[in-house]
Amino acid sequence: MRYIDAFRDGRTARRLADAIGELVGKSRFSFMEVCGTHTVSAFRSGLRSMLPEGLELRSGPGCPVCVTPNSYLDRAIALGRKGMVLATFGDMLRVPGSSSSLLEERARGAKVHVVYSPLDALKLAEDSVGTVVFLAVGFETTAPAVAATVLEARRRNLRKVKFLIAHKLIPPAMRCLLDDPDVRIDGFMCPGHVSVVIGSEPYRPLAEDHGVPCVITGFEPLDMLQGIYLLARQKAEGTAEVQIAYRRAVRPDGNAKAKELMEEVFRVVDDEWRGLGPVPQSGLRLREDFGEWDAEGIPVDVEPTVEPAGCRCGDVLRGTCWPPECPLFGRACTPEHPVGACMVSSEGACAAWYRYGR
Amino acid sequence: METISMDHGGGGLKAKKLVEGLLRYFESPYLEPLDDGAVLPLGDGRLAFTTDTYVVSPLFFPGGDIGRLAVCGTVNDLSVMGARPSFISCALVLEEGLEGETLEKVLESIARTAEEAGVEVVTGDTKVVERGTGFGLFVNTAGVGPVLVELGLHKVSPGDALLVSGTVGQHGMAVLAAREGLEFEGEIKSDCAPVNSLVEALLGACPSVKFLRDPTRGGLAGTLWEVAKGTGLGVEVWEEKVPISQEVSGLCELLGIDPLYSANEGRIVAIVPHEEADEALGALRGHPLGRDAEVVGRIVEEHPGKVVLRTRVGGRRLMDLPAGDPFPRIC
Repeated sequence: MRYIDAFRDGRTARRLADAIGELVGKSRFSFMEVCGTHTVSAFRSGLRSMLPEGLELRSGPGCPVCVTPNSYLDRAIALGRKGMVLATFGDMLRVPGSSSSLLEERARGAKVHVVYSPLDALKLAEDSVGTVVFLAVGFETTAPAVAATVLEARRRNLRKVKFLIAHKLIPPAMRCLLDDPDVRIDGFMCPGHVSVVIGSEPYRPLAEDHGVPCVITGFEPLDMLQGIYLLARQKAEGTAEVQIAYRRAVRPDGNAKAKELMEEVFRVVDDEWRGLGPVPQSGLRLREDFGEWDAEGIPVDVEPTVEPAGCRCGDVLRGTCWPPECPLFGRACTPEHPVGACMVSSEGACAAWYRYGR
Repeated sequence: METISMDHGGGGLKAKKLVEGLLRYFESPYLEPLDDGAVLPLGDGRLAFTTDTYVVSPLFFPGGDIGRLAVCGTVNDLSVMGARPSFISCALVLEEGLEGETLEKVLESIARTAEEAGVEVVTGDTKVVERGTGFGLFVNTAGVGPVLVELGLHKVSPGDALLVSGTVGQHGMAVLAAREGLEFEGEIKSDCAPVNSLVEALLGACPSVKFLRDPTRGGLAGTLWEVAKGTGLGVEVWEEKVPISQEVSGLCELLGIDPLYSANEGRIVAIVPHEEADEALGALRGHPLGRDAEVVGRIVEEHPGKVVLRTRVGGRRLMDLPAGDPFPRIC
């Protein structure tokens, strides 16, 4: 981590910000940072305060827990109430389902473990008496590790571990946004981590068919400024291409091994996104060969899904509503009492606005 | 009150609300300031009194253990109240099955740390609870000491300098790494240490120190938030000046945690008049615990009640209180 400072240099940042200002001039552009990590980085580094007035950064649907629908949480909670051990990444804990959250369930006695790697779920399963369910949420970034873990469970013939899969694919969601007449996007800052896995090719149809520049961007302040600069330059020059501004991590063809793992374990399905609704060919589920490890088939009574009244998470995730425009923001919905998922996740747009932007 | 969740134990808003809820049951002018402890009249002088309970898991972590933490926590609370820590109590809640050897190691650590801090353990208590009702060992310490100087937020005014005595976020990240068994290059050690001699050195060189605090739960951000709320003034922080070790910065980056919100157990935040900032900095740096001290910001009239961070890249943003303990993110 010795190289972080180089990507936070104030002088270079200023020069890039000035160059962006010149390119934008009097135009108005709306760029979408697809990834939640971009949203947080832009706020944390104070970068938003350095951009010209005519350039706005909209948060997109790239926060894994934010786009996970309530029904998924409800199912996980129901499995926990049935006595199963739940293994999850930390930021799922506070996300509200229809009537409860995993953190509240744990306070009431449910067995909820925070893990840092899907492999930890295998260890939990080996050590515990009952069934362990791993909550597999996230994009192309985390899916390969989960695929590898499913394969490892099969290799060890470990049947006490199940996977509740809600992995989602980013490019179909981006296409869905471009097809939405309410959404205005002049350029995409494509997610760096997702692109490490999928490469730059999947974005090409978006740029070519819709005429929207796509720049794969890293997460340090200078990475982001460079990404924004390239988008602004494409706008100024009237081009719409896919560029990689994160070459130290992303190759055009992505990570072949990771893609193979996903291909072996998952099938692509139409999937439900919070905010976007059903998106064709945008989700992953286990292939039939791995049915024994699939938690989706476990019979359990799931409460009827209730969406919180007034919550505009959906619009926030599409970039059509700034978080403070939601009537609940900062009043009924705060990080301590979140109503919507975007206020919970450390990567959520509402949480970032609340924490850094008010 | 709502059912208690782990968020009520973090350094954030939920913990604050919990304490405010408890306060309704007790009325005392000494309790009201909600400081690290109470300042009580005693004869001609004044006595500082504080208590704290330690439930850290694991019991042993790089740079410290629950015993050292229990002594340091109470000693530090007294120190930042401007008092000289003198006597402490030690109460132990032991879980059935706790190994004698473990208990001995903790007791030795308590004794050693008390000696290092120059305080005496003068009373105590032990209780044993059934297996499954604790993490092996909980410790409570209370402490008293005479108040040497009056400090407080009421003395703070615009222009004052804000200092921190060393690298921030180490304790929180050291415990997190040890608890979760995270393996990475370079060990992060807790900064856990008694700060009373450091505070004495500072007060000696710079008698007009206005306010001191040990930025424990909620980290540096939590403490500065209290300063902004408590004074109604603005706090401006310069990110590039805040000392953070490479290891802490790296692990935080990996987990998506902001080191400014991670706990410290051997650091102090000091607010001093602008003119005395250099003396204060020199006094801190002249002490082994304060070698990495920096002036990290100032008190301002702008943005009243808020903490604003001037970032390294030249931007600015709000530094708010988190809702609860930070959770590592998915990706």
